[in-house]
Amino acid sequence: MTQKYLIPLAAVFLLFLVAYTGAGAGLGWFFGIVFPYLAIIAFLVGFVIKVMGWAASAVPFRIPTTCGQQKSLDWIQQNRIDNPDTTLGVFVRMLLEIFTFRSLFRNTKAAFNRNASNRITYSWEIFLWVAALAFHYAFLVVLLRHFRFFTSPVPGVVQFLEALDGIVQVGLPGLFLSGVVLPAAVLFLLARRLFDAKLRYISQASDYFPLFLILGIAATGISMRYFTKVDVTGIKEMTMGLVTLSPTIPDGIGGLFYGHLFLVSILFAYFPASKLMHLGGVFLSPTRNMANNTRAKRHVNPWNYDVPIHTYQDYEDHFRDKMIEAGLPVDKKE
Amino acid sequence: MTKNMIMGGLAVFVLAVLSPFWFNMVTTTQAAPEPELLGNAKKATKCVLDKYDMRANHMSLLDEWRDAVVRDADRIYVAANGKSFNMSLSTGENSCLGCHEDKAKFCDSCHNYTSVNPYCWECHTNPKEIE
Repeated sequence: MTQKYLIPLAAVFLLFLVAYTGAGAGLGWFFGIVFPYLAIIAFLVGFVIKVMGWAASAVPFRIPTTCGQQKSLDWIQQNRIDNPDTTLGVFVRMLLEIFTFRSLFRNTKAAFNRNASNRITYSWEIFLWVAALAFHYAFLVVLLRHFRFFTSPVPGVVQFLEALDGIVQVGLPGLFLSGVVLPAAVLFLLARRLFDAKLRYISQASDYFPLFLILGIAATGISMRYFTKVDVTGIKEMTMGLVTLSPTIPDGIGGLFYGHLFLVSILFAYFPASKLMHLGGVFLSPTRNMANNTRAKRHVNPWNYDVPIHTYQDYEDHFRDKMIEAGLPVDKKE
Repeated sequence: MTKNMIMGGLAVFVLAVLSPFWFNMVTTTQAAPEPELLGNAKKATKCVLDKYDMRANHMSLLDEWRDAVVRDADRIYVAANGKSFNMSLSTGENSCLGCHEDKAKFCDSCHNYTSVNPYCWECHTNPKEIE
């Protein structure tokens, strides 16, 4: 099973080296201009196609998963969020799902008891939720902080976020908290897959690749900021050139930056084809985004075939004489 | 989820992804600054490190200098090009600001451009501001 993580790991190293050496060999225009544009196009087109495909598929059944008391009689208290029957309840439920990963919070793990009874027991497993929350928010902060490379002058919101993220004022350049939390959380999520035998068994290369890729992006970014250093003004000249559609390649930008940019471009291009599409998918989970109102409202399956039906009334009209003759009970005598 | 809601959400997402592109179209974009070398700096032509090395590494250099001066009372830095410099940000002719006279045009132009907010000036003062 080692190839499941060794191949993605080798792939990330190789991709980095391709850009690092490529930029050194004078292919900066490809890794700095052509490929980022292609990656953004691939990301947007792929994302839209994927979501359109999901939007076009039928959702024939009302299948919300419920985690609380359904709306019932007046004197039974309903859980309006975990078992919503209104659009507002569904909205609040989705909001909490998207921003706090509530379904992951309920994560349990199954294991056999160590004692003689050897019974299977389920226990609450919170660390996946903690690491996932830490990872996603750190990534969001890192993403938003990068807007300093795509806006000029930099908006106050981004500067405020930078100040907040760098509030510990350790070292020079100042340490960003997200730069610690992000790699720590990714490493935990990776360690889970590597060291938990059950998880390792179900983990595929497509599970490891995004982890290694994000780890590579974080490592190159952190290296550029804290250790090997790059000419930030030159890099911003380049990124501003990209977003104002007048790309330039300034001198003195190291290969490390091209490696970073190439890995980010790979992440964008790979995104729509990968499990990372849960970014769009979370909004479309039929088990979360539907109101549980099946007892109050009739939902007709749109797949129902339009067959001519023969009701009992019609049946009786048809066979009334014969039924009366045979002594069978009928609703209408004549 | 109705189709209209999904399409609406998708449109918002696409706009958000493209925000760096349209944001720079609707606002006026500041061009990249050229740090100006004035006065002594223009005459000297040689700094502590090479141009790109200096651009990338000046903050670590200043950090090392601060420790060297404060902890070891070591005030003279001999550069790779053989020249020696006074390890000081703002005091005297042979300091950073002694040579690069105009803080606004030299330091601040790039720092503002890249949204870097160094805390040097919470202790140090710009000699020009005192006069």
